[in-house]
Amino acid sequence: MADISASPEGLPGAKSSLYAQSDRTRRRNAAETRFKYYGMGAVAIGVIALVCLLTSILSNGLSSFQQTFLRVEIFLDPAVVDPQGNRDPEEMAKVFTFGYQPLIKGSLEAQAQELAAGPAPEITPQLLAGMVSSAAPADLRDFVLANPDRVGETVEFNFLANARIDQYLKGRVTRESAALDSRVDVAQLNAADELVAIGQMQKRFNWDFIFGPDASENRPEAAGIGVALIGSAYMMLIVLVIAVPIGVGASIYLEEFAKKNWLTDIIEVNISNLAAVPSIVFGILGLAVFINFMHLPISSPLVGGLVLTLMTLPTIIIATRAALKSIPPSIRDAALGVGASKMQAVFHHVLPLAMPGILTGTIIGLAQALGETAPLLLIGMVAFVREYPDSILDPAVGLPVQVYNFTNRADPAFVERASGAIIVLLVFLVIMNLVAIILRRRFERRW
Amino acid sequence: MKTVKLSASVLAIAAVSATAAAARDTVQIAGSSTVLPYASIVAEAFGENMGFPTPVVQSGGSSAGLKQFCEGVGENTIDIANASRAIREKEIKTCADNGVTEIMEVRIGYDGIVFANEIADPEFAFTPADWYKALAAELPVDGAMVANPNASWSEVNPDFADIAIKAFIPGTKHGTREVFEEKVILAGCEESGAMEAILGINGGDEDAAEEACMNIRTDGASIDIDGDYTETLTSIQGEEGAFGVFGLAFYENNTNIIKVATMSGVAPSTETIASGEYPVSRPLFFYVKKQHIGEIPGLKEYAEFFVSDMVAGPDGPLAAYGLVSDPELAATQQQVADEVTMGSGS
Repeated sequence: MADISASPEGLPGAKSSLYAQSDRTRRRNAAETRFKYYGMGAVAIGVIALVCLLTSILSNGLSSFQQTFLRVEIFLDPAVVDPQGNRDPEEMAKVFTFGYQPLIKGSLEAQAQELAAGPAPEITPQLLAGMVSSAAPADLRDFVLANPDRVGETVEFNFLANARIDQYLKGRVTRESAALDSRVDVAQLNAADELVAIGQMQKRFNWDFIFGPDASENRPEAAGIGVALIGSAYMMLIVLVIAVPIGVGASIYLEEFAKKNWLTDIIEVNISNLAAVPSIVFGILGLAVFINFMHLPISSPLVGGLVLTLMTLPTIIIATRAALKSIPPSIRDAALGVGASKMQAVFHHVLPLAMPGILTGTIIGLAQALGETAPLLLIGMVAFVREYPDSILDPAVGLPVQVYNFTNRADPAFVERASGAIIVLLVFLVIMNLVAIILRRRFERRW
Repeated sequence: MKTVKLSASVLAIAAVSATAAAARDTVQIAGSSTVLPYASIVAEAFGENMGFPTPVVQSGGSSAGLKQFCEGVGENTIDIANASRAIREKEIKTCADNGVTEIMEVRIGYDGIVFANEIADPEFAFTPADWYKALAAELPVDGAMVANPNASWSEVNPDFADIAIKAFIPGTKHGTREVFEEKVILAGCEESGAMEAILGINGGDEDAAEEACMNIRTDGASIDIDGDYTETLTSIQGEEGAFGVFGLAFYENNTNIIKVATMSGVAPSTETIASGEYPVSRPLFFYVKKQHIGEIPGLKEYAEFFVSDMVAGPDGPLAAYGLVSDPELAATQQQVADEVTMGSGS
């Protein structure tokens, strides 16, 4: 050992041993070990970030799939709902939802007294009625207009509970915060405890969150993402129908038929650049071309889909070209050798083999488009929309836009809804990416 | 493969061309994020009660909304612009240049602007002068303008706690910013006597003096928030002792997280704003493109529904959310019913 350290390495006559590592080898090995730790550190940071993100979203959002409902018996007072007394739905429609509010309060009066005598001494009919969602009068009115013959009866309804009560049962509103909160009274929380105990109030799975329309800021408990789901589905359909044929067609031409000259070089550079253009730019383009020039309807999934198509095209083209490039020339040569035309060679032999790659690229492009908000901002799709779109021409929003809308609202109950919408969006993204992976695994061929 | 592609593109083109003729049956609204909650509450109730489709309400700020509004007349332009400030002369001109000549101005009520910090932070009782001294870019000191030296609230006013000045105020695209500058900063400039000092320095040029007053410091003590109030809320939660500028309605929905400071001794509430005691309030508007009435079904009905007593009145859902209802609502209702446009003598 002393020998080695005394004589510089590599010099003639220096002795080296296979058993003892030289300084240099030790340094190289140490560098390798360090690099491994750096890599593990990088992975760990990524995993921690992902875990934090998922925990925060799941802990905030999972509860949005459950909602508190309150069972109430309402006396459909003919004097209120049908002042003309002729049970004509058209006449009865003149009583607005505001007129139905007293019905709920009136029907809860007896129960309020009961509760006030017992577990919640400070509850008043006003406060008890305040525990019911402000969406309830609308439900009531819809029921009465659909069943005019039941006016005068006492009917049992399952109304949504007010968001603050719902959040209390989910543990987000506490007695301390309620004492400071102008939108809820501690007496209501006491009453809620009692109503839960007697089974009149309970949490149930809330399909309306997934399939229902958005709701205004007064009723976060009623807000859903149904319109956004349909809007996103329409847009994905449009992207699929338009971007895939154009993208695949363009790549096949560029890869298989086009001559390699300065023009195709320019096109290639431009496509790569286009893939890196900020997505908002496509929104500006969409506003100028599709809305101002072509006069397509604002806020419609058609325009949204077209804008997203422009955005996805480069991704699809690049992925498709890469897939086509990875097919060995021997396949083409063999096809041409037995007398196939160039087109036959491409469509019968190259394209089927490139399909898994093309599909993967397409799905990744679609997933990217699904999560995009910025280009939709300028074409009027960041909006409050409550009507389900019947066609691609009706106003709609997309899922990420709905998340953005929820996060912008004043009521803290919307935080839960935003996270819930993110969960739904993530589920779709995971499914799409899984399909891409499965397709690749199942059909990919290696040479 | 090719036929599939071909038929797909034909389908797409057919879909595109078919739309050009389709008529719009939904009212399109855009504009102020302060008015957005009210507009969405009204839109929802309108859809439930009136048999028309629920209007579509876009957000984005007063200026953005009015810009969209003034783009022209026709189905692919919006029908109503929400604004948290009055329309400007320049905007009226842009509108007129693009053919939007008949605009109905509808005042829906008032909104208070409140200054709030987190519940655990110390209490403050402000005057506009305090805010001017805290946030002005330059202050007049001994006959010269110097960069604002105040770093702590206790330097602004010895009564205040020694907390670093940090304020999150609405960005310039918000109508709220204009109100903040005029009713707080400019008022404070005059109140504190700085206005006179500035006039003394610049030789009596009032416009320049006002501008100097409303110049907000950019050294990090004041931060513009371009997003909505939720962003302001998140910002003040992350910063100890920071103040945020909010709408009254937003505060009322979050009273368990933030608390408001008084302004000139008055605490903000719907009552003090309605009576005019609380100084920082502003009217909220929406602007209707009269040329679209009759073309877009439900447009006039929506405007009338919005200002009706049951919606915008003191007992309506808007007041419950935090709008200070307009004492002159009856006059507004009449205006909407008569379709009175701006500049037509009323």
